Amino acid sequence: MKYFLRRILWLVFAIFIALTINFMLPRLMPGDPATILIQRLEGLEPAAINAVRNAFGLETDKNIIIQYKDYLIDLLHGDLGISISHYPTPVWNVLRKALPWTIGLMGISTVLSFLFGTLIGITLAWKRKSRISDAVLGLFLFIRSFPYFWFGLILVYFLAFNNPIFPLGGATKVGLMPADGWEYIKSILYHGILPGMTITITSMGYWILTIRNNMINVLAEDYITVAKAKGLSMSRIKNLYAAKNAILPSVSGFAMALGFVIGGSLLTEMVFSYPGVGFMLYQAVQQQDYPLLQAIFLFIILGVLFSNFIADIVIMILDPRVRDGAKK
Amino acid sequence: MIKDMLKLFITNRKALLGVIILSIFIFIAVFAPLIAPYHPKQSSDQEGKFQLRAAPSSKHLLGTSHAGYDIFSRLIYGTRLSLMVGIVTGVITTFIALTLGLLGGYYGGVIDDIISFINNIFLVIPSLPLIIVIASYITIRGVWPIIFVLSFTGWAWGTRVIRSQVLTVREREFVKVAEVLGEKPLVIVFREILPNIISLVMATFFTSTIAAVIGEATLEFIGLGNISAVTWGTMLYWAQNNAALLYNAWWWFLPPGLFIGLLGTSFALMNFAIDEISNPKIRKR
Repeated sequence: MKYFLRRILWLVFAIFIALTINFMLPRLMPGDPATILIQRLEGLEPAAINAVRNAFGLETDKNIIIQYKDYLIDLLHGDLGISISHYPTPVWNVLRKALPWTIGLMGISTVLSFLFGTLIGITLAWKRKSRISDAVLGLFLFIRSFPYFWFGLILVYFLAFNNPIFPLGGATKVGLMPADGWEYIKSILYHGILPGMTITITSMGYWILTIRNNMINVLAEDYITVAKAKGLSMSRIKNLYAAKNAILPSVSGFAMALGFVIGGSLLTEMVFSYPGVGFMLYQAVQQQDYPLLQAIFLFIILGVLFSNFIADIVIMILDPRVRDGAKK
Repeated sequence: MIKDMLKLFITNRKALLGVIILSIFIFIAVFAPLIAPYHPKQSSDQEGKFQLRAAPSSKHLLGTSHAGYDIFSRLIYGTRLSLMVGIVTGVITTFIALTLGLLGGYYGGVIDDIISFINNIFLVIPSLPLIIVIASYITIRGVWPIIFVLSFTGWAWGTRVIRSQVLTVREREFVKVAEVLGEKPLVIVFREILPNIISLVMATFFTSTIAAVIGEATLEFIGLGNISAVTWGTMLYWAQNNAALLYNAWWWFLPPGLFIGLLGTSFALMNFAIDEISNPKIRKR
């Protein structure tokens, strides 16, 4: 219980820090991109100019503490400012449309990547004397070294452009609506395969490597030797004795890996023009839509913090040492 | 100790392969003007202007770009900046991680609390979005801003690992003995602790260099780099923004990514070897 409270406290605190960083970043930056931007967007209405100035913290008439207070109050009301590229739509309305796509695509791909990666890693550790397992390991070290977006480009080139098996991009067939029911869902799945594959394959190497090394460490433990001496079946030793214990650090590594996975999926969306947060981030950068950029950044941090929190809770359930508070 | 490490390192097959690949890239970078048939920004020779978007031929091994530049030459010259940014960022990141890790781990107390606190925050902030946001605020486009952004966001993981290793090493007998003998903290840190965490420092360097090479390519691909610089990342930017895919010009976007991947693999292999060397359980087969 104490562990649980500590995690909640850290979550609340980290969210506070994240909000503060989001507030400080534009105010710490040298130069004044806002003025350049306002000049460039000649004919912008006063409300939009204000949105830009707010995003950059250029309300020089107010002192920084009052600005900070206003910022927090606006956030609590769900007011993230007004998007410049989608003017005059509020940022939240723009962002809201992108969130489900990213959460769906990334959620499913991350879970698949974790499952497959862990299974492959366990097998590689168990059969680590074989040449094949060396080769598979090398292959994934190689794949992991590519920029995600490039891997996505290659898949598009070979599986969508050269051999039109899959669509080139987007999330659904143009013109289909949720009202189309099953057709719509089928189209979503069909469009999701290539971006999903990109994320799953490129991030799998991380899980494979983590679980493999843990597993090898566990296999050297005395209780494995004892289990073998007792004549337990090999599959029982592998799954119940070794893998079960090797998987814990992988779950706690989940939090760390999530940052990489998110980075990877942002870029994947850019390549596939997938209408999620990553593609929106790309557009926000291109069009210098700073209010939108800030909001996307904030949501990504919040997403990571909450996933971390969930991973912590899973560890609490899995690991009796943490649960009973013997450790920490 | 360090000599032994080097010896093990060279005899390890994975490490050797990594060293060979890296050496080839360094060779390419140093002798780029001799290897590349043309200057990277040359679009004509005595026979006249180069054909635009040419397919690979004996004259242009990897064809030409939309502006008539020889892609093979750009790939060769691009090695210079790409490698430089990766290694410089790797060195800076490792230096920060080592300094903070040693400070926090050895001195403990308030210093450690402050360092750990900042470290934990940087660990939970996903680095790529942070990199993109910071880079889009910086209006100067170039290699140095990229190095700055990547170093600023890349030190947290290394610091975490080094700090916890220092914490265990400083409890070992030989450190205690040195302390009792009245050695100065700096001497203890450099003579007793550093040699014992050297494999970790090397691993940190390799990991952060891979991250930097990929991070640089990513920033440039999105258009947040100096697009007139010749690097693998900007090559991909130009290929993407000139629809290389639709022209079926695989020779334009395939090679830069492959080079990034190969360079990354060479560091990953060395990293893996370090793991095997410093962790006998993994080494024993």
